[in-house]
Amino acid sequence: MESTGSMSIEVIKPGLLTTVQDLGRFGYQKYGVIAGGAMDTFAHRVANVLVGNEETEATLEMTVVGPTLFFREAALIAVCGADFAPTIGDAELPLWRPVWVNAGQTVRFGTARSGVRGYLAVAGGFNVPKVMNSYSTYLRAQIGGFEGRALRESDELALKDADALGRRLIRRLRSADRKHETHATVPWHVSHALIPRYSSSPVLRVLPGRQFEKFTEESRAEFFSRPFIVLPQSDRMGYRLQGGPLRLAEPAEQLSEPVAFGTIQVPADGNPIVLMADRQTTGGYPKMAEVISVDLPLLAQAQVGSEIRFELVDMNEAQQKRMMLDLNIDLLKQTIIAYAQ
Amino acid sequence: MDGKGGSHLAGYAVSPLGDAAVTVELGSGVDPETHRLVTLFSAYLEDHPPAGMIEYVPAYTSVTIHYDPLQVYKSVLTQSEEGTESDWLALSPYEIMQRRIRDMFDQLQSHEETTPKLVEIPVCYGGEFGPDLEEVAAHNQLTVEEVIRIHCSRDYLVYMLGFAPGFPYLGGMDKRIATPRKKTPRLTIPRGSVGIAGEQTGIYPIETPGGWQLIGRTPVSLFLPDRHPPTLLQAGNRIRFYPISREEYDRWSRRDP
Repeated sequence: MESTGSMSIEVIKPGLLTTVQDLGRFGYQKYGVIAGGAMDTFAHRVANVLVGNEETEATLEMTVVGPTLFFREAALIAVCGADFAPTIGDAELPLWRPVWVNAGQTVRFGTARSGVRGYLAVAGGFNVPKVMNSYSTYLRAQIGGFEGRALRESDELALKDADALGRRLIRRLRSADRKHETHATVPWHVSHALIPRYSSSPVLRVLPGRQFEKFTEESRAEFFSRPFIVLPQSDRMGYRLQGGPLRLAEPAEQLSEPVAFGTIQVPADGNPIVLMADRQTTGGYPKMAEVISVDLPLLAQAQVGSEIRFELVDMNEAQQKRMMLDLNIDLLKQTIIAYAQ
Repeated sequence: MDGKGGSHLAGYAVSPLGDAAVTVELGSGVDPETHRLVTLFSAYLEDHPPAGMIEYVPAYTSVTIHYDPLQVYKSVLTQSEEGTESDWLALSPYEIMQRRIRDMFDQLQSHEETTPKLVEIPVCYGGEFGPDLEEVAAHNQLTVEEVIRIHCSRDYLVYMLGFAPGFPYLGGMDKRIATPRKKTPRLTIPRGSVGIAGEQTGIYPIETPGGWQLIGRTPVSLFLPDRHPPTLLQAGNRIRFYPISREEYDRWSRRDP
């Protein structure tokens, strides 16, 4: 049943890069420790909310090619983010909704069809130790997450027991859907109005960076008028873009200063880099712009070769969008609580 | 559009770093006075974190505050501030942070300063641990012994941590041992390596690629993920290197793996 105390998921195939992530390791950047965390925080948060977890629980982040997972015991899961065409037994595993997986089932993820990163949440969360107050895997320092590394074949992922909300959700789900032998789910999913539309030509809204005015007028105009191509060297640390070159009006030595998720910095070669979840804590390159929070998932889901365009917005708009998103996730939480009654 | 979006308030400048962080600049160069203000402001934030702050990150000339916009906005409803509530509710979270930072600077002058902590770092110079020690000596027309003596003769100020967990950006190296970076960076530099790059000296807390001239290695761990704080050094510390023999290094490593 739902609380055996020692539940686990076995990794049959690990996928390309599957790691345990949460919302990040906060409070440690002053020590030079990166924040890390989920690349697409929206998909991560929603997956947790759908199984009755706190948003800060750990999820599995899969990349481009997903894992194959054997569920020794039954569990309530939700898969959000990119579409890896997951299956459970012979059935399709639906996205963006809670799914009760029966004991002895295998969930297979394929290659991402739209977007590149998927998030799997389990009611109760993954039972991995917190390091510096976070479950996130810090690959370079080999700490956090599952043994400080990406998942491998035969790993056993221990699960925590679902809490009261998760247990209520499970009961409701199992009584409402008895159609499948493999799983039980709901006929509804998170509204399309809320889910970002993943695209190979996304438009990202930005605020001016701290050194925006130091770039030539020509480079500033070019930044907003041409597409930038996502290069293969892009990873969890940063998205390397081709385009430009973007030039400073006068060459300037700059001291290292803090950077943020979404900071667009421009090294000497003039091609911009958008800093992502595993960014270093500080950087010494001039900052052209900052991607607004609500548009970061679009970039985290952009595949190599995507054409990125940038559009300038102001602080009020950026922060209103961000607060609206947080309130929408709160609303989703209330909806789940009401459904589980 | 105002690119910097900054406002100058009595000797410091506040500007946004995206929609969830704000950078407070306290000076323009690497100097002890600017560093003193950075340390003072950081200590204030540690003791009086503003509502909605996620964390603060000190750097050479600035302190950046990462915040949660919704929590900052909501906090206005629960905290009594100067001015009417409706006045504050019309502000964006960024504007609320700006006002709070201004108020903090009014309090800052009276905040107590602490004496910087001195941390002594043992280094086994040369040999397999310092493959570039002779190059550094030759470049500066010094003997190896002179390089070691000069490297150990001063205290260094930890201006900030960054680049890697626990990596100190140190100020105060003697220019007589300054040496350009290696032309071809090494793919791996072992943890604990002590190096020189230009006019900077530093210690690698974890294994990483890099182009520094390696002059020695310390057996002391700079990054301790299971302890709090997780680093041996903190911004504002002073450090002093002292030479140890290979035997002492090995003994130390056995004691403190």
